Amino acid sequence: MEVGKISDFRDGCRDAIPICLGYIAVSFAFGIESSKAQLTPLQAVMTSLLNVTSAGQFSALSIIEAQGSFIELIVLQFIINLRYMLMSTALSQKLDPELPTPYRLGISYGVTDEIFGVSVLKKGKLYPMYSYGLIFVSVFGWVLGTFLGAESGQLMPHRLISCLGLAIYGMFIAIIVPDTRKSSAVMAVVASAMALSTLFTYAPILNHISSGFRIIIVTVAVAAAASVIAPIKEDGDE
Amino acid sequence: MSKVYAYILVMAVVTYAIRAIPLTLIRKEIKSKFIKSFLYYVPYATLAAMTFPAILSATDYWMSSVVGFAVAMILAFNKKSLLTVASCACAAAFIVELFIR
Repeated sequence: MEVGKISDFRDGCRDAIPICLGYIAVSFAFGIESSKAQLTPLQAVMTSLLNVTSAGQFSALSIIEAQGSFIELIVLQFIINLRYMLMSTALSQKLDPELPTPYRLGISYGVTDEIFGVSVLKKGKLYPMYSYGLIFVSVFGWVLGTFLGAESGQLMPHRLISCLGLAIYGMFIAIIVPDTRKSSAVMAVVASAMALSTLFTYAPILNHISSGFRIIIVTVAVAAAASVIAPIKEDGDE
Repeated sequence: MSKVYAYILVMAVVTYAIRAIPLTLIRKEIKSKFIKSFLYYVPYATLAAMTFPAILSATDYWMSSVVGFAVAMILAFNKKSLLTVASCACAAAFIVELFIR
C-alpha cells in the first residue's frame, strides 16, 4: 500500500497554485462580508480554516448575523454542501482500496469544487501525499485571503469593497455556466433555479421565507425535477 | 458573541461529515439512478439559486451589479477561468460606478 512520496506532496503544492490565487480573491470577499456580519477576524479565519467551503460559508453569514436557528444552519449546510458527497464518492474510487481510514479522513478535509476537480483529473491512483500538497497550498490561500479581507476590509475605499461583493457570484457563475453549453438539462436547471429563486425573493407570502430555506427549497425542487425528467446517463458526466 | 463559535463549530462538523462519510465508508458505486442524478444536479441548482437574484444587490448600485453579472455570464459562457470571471466582473462594476457616482 503506497501513500506517495515527498515529491508527490511537491507536485500537489505546484498544481494548487492557481487554486490558491483564486481562493485569495474569493476569500478576501468573504473576509469583508464576515466583518460586515459582525464577525471578528479570528472568527472569520476560524470559519475558513474549519470549513473551506465558499458557498456554505457565505450562506452561513446571514444566519449568524440574524442569530438564526441551528437547525436552519445545519439543513442549509447539508443541502449546499451535499455536492461534496458526490465528489467524495467519486474520489473514493481513485484511492487504493487498502488505504487506511486516517488517510481518508485527511483527504476528506479538503474536498472542495476546485481541489476535487484537480484530484479527479490526476492520472492513475490518488496518493494522500499529493492530496495533502493540494490542500496545504489551497487552504493557505483561503485562510490568508480571509484574514486580509477581515482585517483590511474597513481600510479599503468603500467603492472597491462594493465591487468586490461580486467576486463570489462571479466564481459561482464560472463554476456552473460553462457546463450549460454541453448539457441542455444543466442549462434548464440553472435557468429554472434562478427563476424560482427570483419568485421566492419577490412574490408576496413567499418572500417571508428566509434566504437559507429559500435556497434549500429551490435546490431540492429543481434537482429532483431534473433527476426525474432528465436522469443522467450511466457512466456519463462527472 | 460566543454563540458565533457554536455556529462555526456546528457548520464545520456538518460539512466535514458530508466529506468524510463517503470517503471512509462508501467503497462501492452508488446504484440508484435517481440519487446519482440528484447529486449531479445539486451544485448547479444551489449555486444558481444563490447567485440570482442576490447578485443584483451585491454592489451599491443595481446598474453596476447588472453590468458585472452580464460580464461574468459572457466570460463564463466562453469558459474563462474562475479568477478571470470573478475579477473582470468586479472590474466592470468598478468602472460603471466611476461614472454614476
